[in-house]
Amino acid sequence: MEQSEVLRVARLARLKLADSEVDSYARQLTDILQYVEQLEEVQTDGVEPMAHPGGVTNVLRDDVVTESLPVAEALANAPRSDGRYFVVPAILDAG
Amino acid sequence: MSLTRASTDELLQLLDSREVSAVEVATAFLDEIEARDEQIGAFLTVDRDGALTAARTADERRAAGESAGLLGGIPVAVKDLVCTRGLRTTCASRMLENFVPPYDAHVVRRLRDEGAVLLGKVNLDEFAMGSSTETSAFRRTVNPWNSEHSPGGSSGGSAAAIAAGLAPLSIGSDTGGSIRQPASFCGVVGLKPTYGRVSRYGLVAFASSLDQLGPLSRDVSGSARLLQVIAGHDPQDATCLNVPVPDWTGQLEQPLEGLKIGVVAEQFADGLDDEVAAAVRAAVEVYRGLGATVEEIELPHARHSVATYYLIAPCEASSNLARYDGVHYGHRAEQFDDMVDMYAASRGEAFGSEVKRRIMLGTWALSSGYYEAYYLKALKVRRLIRQDFDDAFRRVDLIAGPVTPTTAFRTGELTGDPLAMYLADIYTSIANLAGIPGISIPAGISQAGLPIGLQLLAPSLEEDRLLRAARMYERETNWHTRWPASL
Repeated sequence: MEQSEVLRVARLARLKLADSEVDSYARQLTDILQYVEQLEEVQTDGVEPMAHPGGVTNVLRDDVVTESLPVAEALANAPRSDGRYFVVPAILDAG
Repeated sequence: MSLTRASTDELLQLLDSREVSAVEVATAFLDEIEARDEQIGAFLTVDRDGALTAARTADERRAAGESAGLLGGIPVAVKDLVCTRGLRTTCASRMLENFVPPYDAHVVRRLRDEGAVLLGKVNLDEFAMGSSTETSAFRRTVNPWNSEHSPGGSSGGSAAAIAAGLAPLSIGSDTGGSIRQPASFCGVVGLKPTYGRVSRYGLVAFASSLDQLGPLSRDVSGSARLLQVIAGHDPQDATCLNVPVPDWTGQLEQPLEGLKIGVVAEQFADGLDDEVAAAVRAAVEVYRGLGATVEEIELPHARHSVATYYLIAPCEASSNLARYDGVHYGHRAEQFDDMVDMYAASRGEAFGSEVKRRIMLGTWALSSGYYEAYYLKALKVRRLIRQDFDDAFRRVDLIAGPVTPTTAFRTGELTGDPLAMYLADIYTSIANLAGIPGISIPAGISQAGLPIGLQLLAPSLEEDRLLRAARMYERETNWHTRWPASL
């Protein structure tokens, strides 16, 4: 995996990497991808992908109103809040 | 006998007969933690006040002639990946260093309902990503059998706490072997239940189609009891199965008649340590001596399990860990340019290198142009691995084999080579991919003095068979009664 590819994936994953990390990930991810390429040799024509092992699908519940988390508790772990909302940097220009 | 050396059953007998109080039991373990955990490194948070309060409640219930619950007064250490209301839950990550959950995980609520005494939260690899507990952002956990060796992972704090006599029971989680491998490395019992047997509500998600909570204990009976408490339907987890929970503890002493055990020849080929192979073969002979028949079976796709696992798990992880955005909870960077940069800076700073590596791998495999060739391909091989087990279990009742290729590796031995660390999951990750239950039980000690585990795998929902078979072996051997020489 090229360093430019590492940076592309890091951008997709919203990860800011140090230069040294870009180097080591390029090397390590190349190793891992070479290893997993062994799956190419497995004949999988007509095999249904298995997303999870459970025997359940479309689990429904009654649409009943239940208590939700109080605002103060929901905000208690927020890095920034104003007591009513989560606070984030401005995402639109003021002008 | 020292209270901290007692098994869960022994402690319950002492408590039920009122020979000791739950406060005395809790105090014994808390004092032991205080005296020795600086060296072991199992705990991230010790909740002395909470533990003593729960112990007093158990004592009051017994004094009033009420039932104290299935675990009345029994101390339990909980992996710090499981939400505990009002008690810091870090996932061993800087990202959640100060996170205090506003709710209890389903398993924690079940523990409290049955009178368990929560001692605190134990160490793990960051977000359960690792096989050595070395990726924890906070502390190193040593293997109580030899402090230069890893306790395994990711539930390394759970296994080390039990092996060192700091807790009789622990809750762990197993995504690719994270209960069974540390149990094997530390010489304790660890069980991964069938996918869906235990609610994942409040278990911080790593790979949702593979994660399962389960017990670790000194002996098989302890795991049976803890599983009895945490298993069962919970509507808060849509994948949690609505099926009856058998009376595992009640049936445990009944041996299985006409047991057919499968052994996979390929698991004994290259890469398996000689001493581990010999111990596992000897364990199979114990079953033969008890009247079991042994049959060689094949799992033709099992050799692809690590490749399959290390695509599926990182893909799910990259999606699950997208929630850490520095907005609702967790770390937020001090310096950033704009909103998107805030996400990237916060995540770049607070996640450790293994977590970032897996997010990167998963993001790549799910990205345009690679999704079909890698992620979908892995899901198809996963189906074939499951079918291998379905075929095998038409012929045999259980599969016996090694848990890990070697005994506990040295701390630092594999940290520079992630792929080598991943390959250690070869025998365990197959059970998560297929969704079947598995158990690791103590089955030997190497020349170097390190424990060896035996893995038993059973068909979905056959925990009863797994536990009773494990107990049959345990009754014939005394590996589970050994303690590290240093203790």
